[in-house]
Amino acid sequence: MITTDIAIIGAGPVGLFAIFETGLLKLRCHLIDYLPQAGGQLSEIYPKKPIYDIPGFPTIQAQELIDNLLSQAEPFKPTFTFGERVESLNKIREKEFIITTHLGTEIHAQLVVIAGGLGCFEPRKPEVIGLENFENDKGVSYMILDPEKYRNKKVVLAGGGDSALDWAIHLSDIASELTLVHRSESFRGSPHSVNQVLKLAQENKIKVLLNSTLKEVQGKNMLENVTVLNTKTHHVEKIDVDYLIPLFGLSPKLGPIADWELNIDKNAIEVNIEDYSTNVPGIYAIGDINNYQNKLKLILCGFHEAAIMAHSAYKYIHPGVKYTMKYTTVSGVNTF
Amino acid sequence: MKNNVTITVINSGGEIILEAPNDLGLNLMEFLKASEYEQIEGTCLGIALCATCHVRVLESSPLLNEQMDEEFLMLETLPVSWENSRLSCQIPLNKNLNKISISIPN
Repeated sequence: MITTDIAIIGAGPVGLFAIFETGLLKLRCHLIDYLPQAGGQLSEIYPKKPIYDIPGFPTIQAQELIDNLLSQAEPFKPTFTFGERVESLNKIREKEFIITTHLGTEIHAQLVVIAGGLGCFEPRKPEVIGLENFENDKGVSYMILDPEKYRNKKVVLAGGGDSALDWAIHLSDIASELTLVHRSESFRGSPHSVNQVLKLAQENKIKVLLNSTLKEVQGKNMLENVTVLNTKTHHVEKIDVDYLIPLFGLSPKLGPIADWELNIDKNAIEVNIEDYSTNVPGIYAIGDINNYQNKLKLILCGFHEAAIMAHSAYKYIHPGVKYTMKYTTVSGVNTF
Repeated sequence: MKNNVTITVINSGGEIILEAPNDLGLNLMEFLKASEYEQIEGTCLGIALCATCHVRVLESSPLLNEQMDEEFLMLETLPVSWENSRLSCQIPLNKNLNKISISIPN
């Protein structure tokens, strides 16, 4: 069990800056993020891209900004849970929240800040009849965590991006039978990967089905076969499988946040613009995940929201205790 | 107007005609987001890395800019795309474009 003053859901730039702002008020933070590292979409999607609208930085690379924010937060000794998705958020009473992740990690906090950006990045699922019946370890996976799971198994991979090609190459030595299903006429991924896949196909280590889409999956309790349609010839093929792995990239979803009795409109959490608190006392929402009149989804606006939220959070955790704001230029940054 | 592009968005409920400025350096994704089309998320901010701004181009005048490799590769990762699929973030609204007619897949 992890105990903290503030649990921050989301370790993107705004969540990271909230550590600093609340740290100045001597509040400790624990951050939870589904991604394996801090930085949110800046680190995951565009780490090398320049950002031009961070005050004081004419230009800064996305990853550099995250590294700087981590350094800035460091004096306040934040702790992190990475690679886990928050599944539930329960308010036991005022100043007592329990957050539970999909792996069962529990975080006890006095206050919760949701800085989840656009939500969790979840795998895109194709429309295939019966697919959901075989999720949760019954034969359908949307990401490969342990390739050894597929040793000596019959595997169908679906997708045409670099991820599908790279995993096809990797699994060709592991699976007993490997089929790669792709809806187009050819692959246009990295030439090296494409050539390798085609070579493995010639050596009969991978069966490549082009112009093909998944139509249906069947089985009793576990997945047993996949039906594939050739969209050019209209030939239908049923393939015996142990595992089907659709690899169609990631897409942002609000996820379980939608079930936490917060006021949500258009995939964003409604907040009070006085302090970015939600309709549930003790829960705040800052950054791209919140919405209010004239909202701008900019990192710099999220930083402002973090500062305002921090002072309101202090009052919630220490009601009646007067706090006079100090300037860091005068008082410095006092580490924990 | 001289500095506008006419954008026709066709969906099951009919068609909506919008006028977008062609001299502000906007791309189609930015304009559709500003017009509150919820399906257009533009998560990666317009650098062809997320495909959350996928549209089908039904008609355009003059012809659109060609797809760059990175746009094509991103569309390739989707479970479904069509010959006329484009990432709207890769379509600049500039003086070369007078009219465009699109639909937005669900």
